[in-house]
Order: sequence, then structure tokens, then C-alpha cells
Amino acid sequence: MLLIPCPYCGERPELEFRCGGEAHIARAADPSAVDDGAWSEFLFSRGNPKGLYAERWNHAHGCQRWFNAIRDTASDRFVESYKMGEKRPLPGGE
Amino acid sequence: MLETPNAARRVSAFADAVSPAGIRPLPGAARFALRLREADATGEAAGFRLDQPLNTFAAQGDRLSLRLGPNEWLLIGPEADADAIAAEIAAALGTRFHTLVDIGHRNVAIEVKGPHAADILNAGCPLDLFDARFPTGTATRTLLGKAEIVLMRLDDAPTYRVECWRSFATYVHDFLTEAAQEFDAGT
Repeated sequence: MLLIPCPYCGERPELEFRCGGEAHIARAADPSAVDDGAWSEFLFSRGNPKGLYAERWNHAHGCQRWFNAIRDTASDRFVESYKMGEKRPLPGGE
Repeated sequence: MLETPNAARRVSAFADAVSPAGIRPLPGAARFALRLREADATGEAAGFRLDQPLNTFAAQGDRLSLRLGPNEWLLIGPEADADAIAAEIAAALGTRFHTLVDIGHRNVAIEVKGPHAADILNAGCPLDLFDARFPTGTATRTLLGKAEIVLMRLDDAPTYRVECWRSFATYVHDFLTEAAQEFDAGT
């Protein structure tokens, strides 16, 4: 079974996790000032790379914490996971 | 606080259950879900340790404290002490912001014991229960089949304690019973 590294619990089976989609999408500070195009971009547009992809994950049946993880979408390999609020590590860090 | 003591009559969730050797429904207990800021989790409160590492439990007498998350604990004590425990914890934590929820009637516990205990649990639990990865003293939330459980390893027999929601109790008990058939009475 695929093991997902939770930054709190260590490697745990994937059944315990839920994926929350792409990470590091910032919500506008003042949404009412954002035009419709930019707002729909924020709501619906997501990257779909072949390769490294930063995602939000929730250890739903474990410690129940949310965290971010970098996964290779081609091989399904988890490269790194890090706590919410921490900077995205290499590569392509923000 | 409730105006009446938490003294509702309880009917066992396992009234009609027939358990194989090694699997035993446990009697009722007082249980509390405690949420507390990580920075405030020092020392102990009312006999429940708070500063143990994540995914381990600490026992002091008959009071168990399971750290399920960085800021979440499951506290288990004798059933008769439920009201006293709630009052003692509130007093011990004082001004530290926390939530304490009585889940004594939400959960039930099943003991799984014997040389094949890990094999029986692994019929539905994806965790590695090998001694090195899940030693005595470990406690974590995980899955058993389709039900969420809290799994603790109490001793090296090995003895495991499975805590699940009452509404899943029949499913969990039957799941374990069926898994135990493979090992010819389990022990």
C-alpha cells in the first residue's frame, strides 16, 4: 500500500488520508474587489502538471491535521511533506 | 455542565455477541475528548499526562491518556468517576483554554489478546503492527475495515485495545470474530 508521510505521525497507509487539492492557492484579501475572471480563476483553475505537484492532505483517520505534500503525479511518489504555514521546500519553492 | 449527573442506564452494545477466545468486549468507561493548545500541554491534569509524544499513551493508575493528535487527547478512566474527572480536569487546566467533551457513551472498547492478535487486527487494519513499529505504549487513530478505530497496544502479550464508536461496535466485533476464525479460536 502507498505510504504517505504525515509530518506529525510519520509514514502511514494512504487509506487514512484525504486529498484536499492543490496547495498554496491564496485567497484574495478583499474578495469583493476581485473581478469575475480572477475570482473564477481562484475558484476553479488548478495546475495539472506531469511531475511534482504541491497538494493539501488531511490525515483524516489519524491525527486529523492538514498538511502540504509534494507528490510526483507521474510516479505517485511523495517527495516531501511539510506542515501548514511552512514554506514550500524545493523544488520550485515560492 | 449537565444539570443531571451522567448516570443514564447503559445497555451493552454487545448484548448478543458471542466472542471467540482472545476477543473480549470491555465494560463501560468514562471517556473524554480533550482539545488543548499544544503550547499549554505540559505536565498532567487530574492524573492524565498531557506531554507524552504523539501517538502514545500514558497510564497513571486506572487513568489513561492517549495523545491522538498534536492538540487532541482521549482520556479514559473508571466509569464511576466520570463526573469527578470532568470537574478535576476543569480545575487543573484553570484558565488554559480547552474543550472537554464527554464521549463515554459514544465509544465502546474491545480487547484483542494473544499471539495472533496482530494478525487478526491486520485483517482490516493497514498499519504495520510489528513490534518495532507498533510497540507497547502506542496508541493511534486508524481504520479497521470501514470503521474508524482507536488502537492501543497495552502490553507484550500482546494485548490490544480497540476503541470504536458505539454504532460501529457490532461491525467491528463481527469483523474481528470473523478474522479470528482463521487462527482457530484466536489463541
